[in-house]
Amino acid sequence: MAKMHVSTTINGEPEEFLCEPNETMLDVLRDRLNLTGSKEGCGSGDCGACSIMLNDTLVCSCLMLGAEAEGAEIKTIEGMADGLSLHPLQQKFLESAALQCGICTPGMLVAAKALLDENPDPTETEVRFWLAGNLCRCTGYDKIVRAVLDTAEEIRGKA
Amino acid sequence: MTNIQYLAPTTLDEAVSLYAAAAGSARILAGGTDLLVQLRSGMINPGIIIDIKKIKELNSIEQKADGSFVVGASVSGTQLAKHSSFGKTWPGVLEALNLIGSTQVQGRASLGGNLCNGSPAGDSIPALIAAEATVNIQGPNGSRQLAVKDVLSGPGSTNLSQDEIAVNFIFPTRQLGSGDAYLRMIPRTEMDIAVVGCGVNLTLENNICTSATVGLGAVAPVVLEVEAAAEALVGNKIEEETLERAAEACRAVCNPIDDKRGTIAYRTKVAGVLMKRAATIASQRAEGA
Ligand SMILES: Cc1cc2nc3c(=O)[nH]c(=O)nc-3n(C[C@H](O)[C@H](O)[C@H](O)COP(=O)(O)OP(=O)(O)OC[C@H]3O[C@@H](n4cnc5c(N)ncnc54)[C@H](O)[C@@H]3O)c2cc1C
Ligand code: FES
Ligand code: FES
Repeated sequence: MAKMHVSTTINGEPEEFLCEPNETMLDVLRDRLNLTGSKEGCGSGDCGACSIMLNDTLVCSCLMLGAEAEGAEIKTIEGMADGLSLHPLQQKFLESAALQCGICTPGMLVAAKALLDENPDPTETEVRFWLAGNLCRCTGYDKIVRAVLDTAEEIRGKA
Repeated sequence: MTNIQYLAPTTLDEAVSLYAAAAGSARILAGGTDLLVQLRSGMINPGIIIDIKKIKELNSIEQKADGSFVVGASVSGTQLAKHSSFGKTWPGVLEALNLIGSTQVQGRASLGGNLCNGSPAGDSIPALIAAEATVNIQGPNGSRQLAVKDVLSGPGSTNLSQDEIAVNFIFPTRQLGSGDAYLRMIPRTEMDIAVVGCGVNLTLENNICTSATVGLGAVAPVVLEVEAAAEALVGNKIEEETLERAAEACRAVCNPIDDKRGTIAYRTKVAGVLMKRAATIASQRAEGA
């Protein structure tokens, strides 16, 4: 079968790849582009471990076709740190032990960043609802929610 | 691997001819939050996937001079929530669409996908019925309009033929003093399928309800319009006695499934409760409008 040729932008860099027409963006990222930060927890839109930004909108890459990336702007967890300096959310997750096994963490970070970019001063309830599509089997969520709220406060303090 | 094609036409005409030429072997892709799950589980095996999101009519929101709205079938929940006035005019429709799934699912899920997927528990459908929305449908032999209440034909099936595409939804001009609301009951607070969903849209004049429409989901093989409930509201004040009669009308039309998420008795009772609460919220919104 003919593979598709897709031109896109990933984390600000132009990127081209070949993929099957029914291949998901998550499989493209992980298996073709070696961007294995995005995880597959469920493959059905329930866990959020595969979260990416598609044209500045948070989506599950397991429910998107690679072919849909044509002409789009994709951002993944790999683009979150600025070179060697971590994004404040990444730093705070480390400091406050907001992760254990780490499988949910890339998705949590991408989703949390999307929230703070849109709403720099969320309430705890807003954080919990926003992250309701990101499942974590380890932490019990509390440390994650705290870390997001603390980071928001820290970023606001600097602004 | 099967021989599958992905196409993303930029005009409606192109999409319609591709879809018709495929003679039933193609599937429309809007947000993919149902389609990709079905594709990956092997439930469906299409020869062609037609992505409709690059077509302008399907992916835009327009408010006409008369106040009516035209919302593209593939517009996502996130897109509609960001529109400056849609949510003020149709808060019930927006809250119904925005209840679908997580933030991630919202980034993709559309009204067209929710309706065409045909689930009796589709959250936006009772609110669309209550809003008396109609859908423009395009096929190879031209276009037609259907009221949303006439679209579903059974669980997972619609009255669109295999070569027809839902293009956009028309929301009628709003009368002064109108409000709508949607409520659903789920066993959790997020990310679950409705056990009952109820949309109410009404207009008040001097505290009297002058028109009403009620949509009820997840209690029958298709989402229902409950005319008897609307009749119980019209001509009356939205107070307990009126609400109880409308709730009774909702309970009377329930023909739900019995499963671990809700027994028949429970779903029937909750249908009445949600209708009362949704009507109360809609009337508060109408008073504020
Ligand atoms: C994690 C998760 C949670 C969910 N939670 C909910 C929920 O709470 N409530 C709820 O109601 N649903 C829920 N859903 C289901 C789904 O998200 C919704 O039904 C959504 O509205 C589908 O929209 P879509 O644009 O993604 O549709 P798609 O998946 O793109 O399409 C759905 C179906 O409709 C057809 N179709 C789409 N657009 C058109 C068109 N314009 N013309 C003709 N046919 C068309 C497609 O071919 C397909 O068969 C959930 C799904 C997931 C993955
Ligand atoms: S892998 Fe995409 S949501 Fe779980
Ligand atoms: S840290 Fe293990 S799933 Fe969240």
